[in-house]
This record gives sequence, C-alpha cells and structure tokens, in this order.
Amino acid sequence: MPLNISKTLDASGLGCPLPIVKTKKEIDNLSSGQILEVISTDPGSKNDMTAWCKRTGNELIEFAEQGGKFQFYVKKG
Amino acid sequence: MEKMPEQKKMSIIAIHGTLDMAYPPLILASTAATLDIPTTIFFTFYGLNILRKDATTSLKVAPLGNPAMPMPVPNIIGAIPGMTNMATYMMKSMIKKHGVATIPELISLCQETGVKLIACQMTVDLFGFKKEDLIDGIDYGGAAMYMEDASTSDITLAF
Repeated sequence: MPLNISKTLDASGLGCPLPIVKTKKEIDNLSSGQILEVISTDPGSKNDMTAWCKRTGNELIEFAEQGGKFQFYVKKG
Repeated sequence: MEKMPEQKKMSIIAIHGTLDMAYPPLILASTAATLDIPTTIFFTFYGLNILRKDATTSLKVAPLGNPAMPMPVPNIIGAIPGMTNMATYMMKSMIKKHGVATIPELISLCQETGVKLIACQMTVDLFGFKKEDLIDGIDYGGAAMYMEDASTSDITLAF
C-alpha cells in the first residue's frame, strides 16, 4: 500500500545537525499519525534519524537508500 | 504508543574561541532542543568570542601548532602572517561545500528553540567586552548561575 505522505522535507546537501533540526520543525506542524517524508544526503542522518525517532516517540516506518540519497518516512507519534 | 523517555536536561561550558571549537557546543545544543532537552550553554573565557556580533569574521582557525588540520601545515609555515586567515578561509569553504550551518545560523537556531545562552560576566569585564559587542537575547551571570542549571542536569559537557 503506498504511503499517504502529508509533507516532504528536502534536506539534501545539508550537514549535521540541520536535517534533524528541520525534521523537528516539520514534525511539529503535523498531527499525530501523519507521515513526513525526509530526503537527505548526509550519511550520518541514517543513524541520527533512527535515534531521534526512538527518543521522540515518532516512528520511522520506512527507509530507502538510492544513489547517495536517503529517504525517511516518519510517522508522527 | 511507546512510553516517552524521561525528561533530561543538559548544560555545556564553552571555553574556546576558535571557529572549530565553536561548533560542538552549538550543534549539541540545537540538537538537544529537537529532543525537548532544555539546555544551557555557559560561555566563558575565550568562549565569549562565539557570542560576538561579528563572529562571522572574528572566529578563526589557526594552522600554527595544529597538527589536526585536514591539510596539516608545518609550524614554520603556519607562523607566516596571513596563514591563519588562509586556513580560516579554507575551513569556511569546506563548511559551505558540505552544507554545514554557519556559527550565526546555529546561534539563531539555539535562540529560536529556547537554548539558554549565558555570557560569563567576569570574563566579559576581564576582556573588556561591552554588551553591544555581543549578540542580543543572552543572559549575563557567573558560576553560581551556571551551577543552578548544572546541578539539575543529566548531561554536562565542556568544550
């Protein structure tokens, strides 16, 4: 089933901590259960996003990696 | 829903006033804000330079006595006038190329997200800084003001 994405955040080209800082800003604007798509090129964001979601009670429901681009699908908790 | 982790607090002391040493406290504080971890940074001694209004141009990185530079420079070369400016220029080019935020951007992020920035009043006086030299929206205080936050912090760091 395709994901119902509420918002897409393109954080390509940004280094730590900007992808996470921008993700937090976007998540704050969503309602519980809505899905944020985040695109990043920072390899560190793979582990960062996982840790951040775990700590904040949001859910990383899907992750994809293609040609140096990382796609995260975060469901607001 | 998964149980939220318990509330934590963080306090940081920033002691150094070089471009490279300005990054870690600001990156950690702005990230802590995304995790709803209230954070205080106490800027003392050379760390006060991070709060200067002209930090964009005043913060530098020196190649002299710095074997950890991405491209190490022998000390005898690093001592030549202009080498610090050259190393700073190179560092800033790398920062830009890699999409890393500038120091003023990180300071703004910290201020927007409620990170408490304290300038050490004693070193402000010692080094002859004026309030108008430093950015607006910061607190001024001493060790006791820092200790009030530090004593209830779960994470305390010094840079």
